[in-house]
Amino acid sequence: MTDLLSRRSASSTQRVSRWTPSSAVGTSAGAVLIVALAALPYLINLATIYAMIDLFVLLILASTWNLLAGFGGMVSVGQQAYIGLGAYSLVTLADLLGVNVFLAIPIAAIVSALVAIPVSYLAFRLVGGYFAVGTWVIAEVFRLVTIQIPQVGGGAGVSISAMSGFPRDLRIAVGYWVALVCVVVVVGSCVLLVRSRFGLALTALRDDPTAAATSGVNVDASKRLVYLISAAGAGVAGTLIAISTLRVQPSGVYDVQWSAFMIFMVVIGGVGTLEGPIIGAVIFWLLKQALAEYGSAYLIGLGILGVLFVLFARRGIWGLVSRRGRVDLFPVGYRLRLPDQTRRKQ
Amino acid sequence: MSIVNAVIQGILLGGLYALFAAGLSLMFGVMRLVNLAHGAFAVLAAYGALLIVRTGALNPIAALLIIVPAMAVLGFVVQRFILQRTLGTSPLPALLVTFGLSIIIENTLLLTVTADQQRLNLGSFDTAAIALPGGIRIGAFPLAVFVFALVVLALLSLVLSRTQYGRLVRAVSDDPGTVQLNGADPKLIYGFAAAIAFGLVAVAGVASGVQTSFSPSSGSLFLIFAFEAVIIGGLGSLWGTMLGAVVLGIAQTVGAAIAPAQQILIGHLVFLVFLAFLPGGITRQKALR
Repeated sequence: MTDLLSRRSASSTQRVSRWTPSSAVGTSAGAVLIVALAALPYLINLATIYAMIDLFVLLILASTWNLLAGFGGMVSVGQQAYIGLGAYSLVTLADLLGVNVFLAIPIAAIVSALVAIPVSYLAFRLVGGYFAVGTWVIAEVFRLVTIQIPQVGGGAGVSISAMSGFPRDLRIAVGYWVALVCVVVVVGSCVLLVRSRFGLALTALRDDPTAAATSGVNVDASKRLVYLISAAGAGVAGTLIAISTLRVQPSGVYDVQWSAFMIFMVVIGGVGTLEGPIIGAVIFWLLKQALAEYGSAYLIGLGILGVLFVLFARRGIWGLVSRRGRVDLFPVGYRLRLPDQTRRKQ
Repeated sequence: MSIVNAVIQGILLGGLYALFAAGLSLMFGVMRLVNLAHGAFAVLAAYGALLIVRTGALNPIAALLIIVPAMAVLGFVVQRFILQRTLGTSPLPALLVTFGLSIIIENTLLLTVTADQQRLNLGSFDTAAIALPGGIRIGAFPLAVFVFALVVLALLSLVLSRTQYGRLVRAVSDDPGTVQLNGADPKLIYGFAAAIAFGLVAVAGVASGVQTSFSPSSGSLFLIFAFEAVIIGGLGSLWGTMLGAVVLGIAQTVGAAIAPAQQILIGHLVFLVFLAFLPGGITRQKALR
């Protein structure tokens, strides 16, 4: 289909483009931003750099949860299973098995995806709301099993010594760069995925699962792949949490609050878009920096805001921004350019 | 003999779980909505009862006379003004909103009544028990809860199968559009279903508060137990839900007898085994969608 659409028409000057002015600007701005972010540890104080690692973790979680819920139509309340699995995989690989800590990150992501395969066969027996609670139960099982394992500290958790070779300042900066690389890889993968042929299937799945199935999309296989990718993403987020906090506790990494945060970010930003979760993660991070000390009151506020968005602005902030026609920050769609310069959506 | 005892205690515990599960099952059956705040509302009811018990001369059972109608009204209002807006072909909005509600309720309770464990006290009835041969003791309160669950489920299935409202509920569950064409208002039917479900969850929350302690964060476990009972039993069957609740109760108490402190994990594992090998539940319902 890609070939068909991108083939130039022989007879006229009309052509199909994947870029729009907004996506050209958005993507170049993104590239500049990444370079600027990479230089940041030389420019600003370490406390902010440390807080930025948290932002990157949130970006990864929001983007991958959005892939799951926004494109795959699967509302999971159990992605913390893979956050925990990623964190504990990192501890096991780096501290107990002596694997290089940076190499341990991709391995932990693969472990998360591999574990997600059998889990998906269980969880996919449930749909809709029951899928949501089912994933939660599975995450609880992960937590309850983890606290039985004395090698990783049981219920008390475990400290990570793999990063102790670095002096404190360098450790934070290195953690920041590693998290930046991870965020670029994960968010970049999400963009490429949605842009690809598989992404077209996913978009169809998002808009109408039945119609997608009739058009030849393998719904089950697509959903499973999305589930595995999201698990890998949550696993990466878990490794970053472990590297930055230097301590992994079952009650922390397996906390259902992670799911609440993922849902909030995606709902506020705009579910089923690539831009929405990024906006949502940044807003959530800013709110967290400013208000997290208020504890319960802060969480009540998040809950109310989230509910209001679902009820009255279901497409989130990005939906409000792009209401007057399509604006994309990433080149994922197809545009037909006709000779008279009028543009049509494909 | 301790296993026999565990099984008996498990069956009784199943009565409590059936009360939790019936409301969840009913709301899903009627409006295809899984209320992720189900457990949070149970906790809210338990704290409501605690408030009444502390201020007035009422005991927790008498407090139900106030709490159950109050929760039923709350259920009707929440359904009509919040949940109704989220119903549609996609389950996403309803899930997001009910999850949001559960966070709001849990944290509001944390702010107002602190995270301390609480318990509702029934005096001598709390510890009263019927002694059986072989050292088995059946607690009077768990037995009463079990019998009450049976009665409630029997009443509910009678209402659903025999009354005009029940016929409307079943019709609206199959096809809300056609029901509306025939002059009935699905929204009203949904509202009453939510009222019944919230009334049930209020009873379950208070009963649980008498049997064990609770805190603002107990809601998630209540939701999970209700969900496990529904799935083990089979979707769309009230008696299946009762059976599922009993299976879950037995799994937990027998699990506790075999491996102390692991009862919740063992309950989860039994649930997963059912999901893997009997996804339609005990009653073998096919309609998972």
